[in-house]
Amino acid sequence: MTAVAVESAVARAISHIPDPEVPVISIADLGILRSVEVDEEAHTLVVTITPTYSGCPAMEAIASRIVFEARQQGYAADVRTLLSPPWTTDWMTDEGRDALHRFGIAPPGQVPVGETHGPVAVTLSRHVVACPRCGSTDTTEIAHFGSTACKALRRCNDCLEPFDEFKAI
Amino acid sequence: MSEHVTEPVTEPAVGSFTPPAASASASEPRESLPGAAENTGGGEKPYAAYLLGIADDSMVYAQRLGEWMTNAPQIEEDMALGNIALDLLGQARGLYPYIGSIDGTRRSEDDYAMQRDEREWRNVHLVEQERGDFADEMARLLWFSAYQVELHTALGASTDDVVAGVAGKALKEVRYHLDHASLWVVRLGDGTEESHQRMQAALERVLPYLAELFDDDEASVLAAGLGVGVLPSGLHDAVVARVAAVVGEATLSLPDDSRWRSRGGRSGVHSRPMGYLLAEMQHIARSHPGATW
Repeated sequence: MTAVAVESAVARAISHIPDPEVPVISIADLGILRSVEVDEEAHTLVVTITPTYSGCPAMEAIASRIVFEARQQGYAADVRTLLSPPWTTDWMTDEGRDALHRFGIAPPGQVPVGETHGPVAVTLSRHVVACPRCGSTDTTEIAHFGSTACKALRRCNDCLEPFDEFKAI
Repeated sequence: MSEHVTEPVTEPAVGSFTPPAASASASEPRESLPGAAENTGGGEKPYAAYLLGIADDSMVYAQRLGEWMTNAPQIEEDMALGNIALDLLGQARGLYPYIGSIDGTRRSEDDYAMQRDEREWRNVHLVEQERGDFADEMARLLWFSAYQVELHTALGASTDDVVAGVAGKALKEVRYHLDHASLWVVRLGDGTEESHQRMQAALERVLPYLAELFDDDEASVLAAGLGVGVLPSGLHDAVVARVAAVVGEATLSLPDDSRWRSRGGRSGVHSRPMGYLLAEMQHIARSHPGATW
């Protein structure tokens, strides 16, 4: 489901568009580019994207950039936003995870499972996140929400550096 | 806007949540939500009022939470409450254009948010109350997110694809909000003597505003009957169980049921703070109709 057909040059160009808030990762590697349908006859595109979070403020910039890239290649793009199925960090590619890690952002881990009907378990730190700088797993969450909706803030207890964690959802 | 865009080719992403007919300048068809295309052909549906209540709860609470920016006890909490507000705003935006397509008015999301008077809002009184202190906000967020987790879990099975799609997306977000509120309630409740007392007092102050969340009004009975919505009363026990677990962990106690209960939001009768909230939220849009930037 993650893979987007990139046979054509225009689809490839669109898949390489960087995320405006985390520019080290492309919208394809982030998993928010769901499909690119190319009509070579009419030179039109239907591009489907999905937001990471309902209120993601980057969606408008991303759609504008898609329209621009398509126009550069001589296509008119119709950008559609799809909410269902909802985006999950499981759609992020391995290349995307590596890019985040190189940039100093801990890539998302396993999506938490089992949270369905029971009350929420309350503990202060529940999952292990490795420091993207020194690799230590002795890290602490210092803020539940980071610089963007998709990140939390952590600190490494070994190298003492703070870092962003891409939250698994 | 991106600096790469020198001139708008089409109306771009602003329309990403706007069904074609609701967007004044949209000349080309643009599907924005799952199922939206089928629902723009004048298909009026009887449950718009039910969805409006859900969207208005999120919109008004987003506005209240936004007030914490630069006012929270620490900068991380500015970010947290701002992010939660953004999620709620996005959830409301997911519903407003769709409501406009099924209630026959063709209103846009901005029309709903910025052009309606107090009596046309269907949100519960809980979300319009002034923000109080930080413990008050955490008490409200705990209850409201627990309610939203149960609501969106149930709406995931809605017979309306748009409603199910918005709920499926929202569920992931509101779980995290609940988690955030839970951590704070435990930290404050199981903290110092003062923080414990103030968190307990906040749980008592929020109590009169909870019953309304679980009232089966006419609109919800209708929507539930169609399989689109759920009966609010049916969510009550699961929500209380979630909150009670957190409150217990926090060494606090759930207060006894309140003697008075705030009511009327779902029929447009609001409490005193609502008018002030709307004045602040709508002032610019109403002073400069149609302004863009």
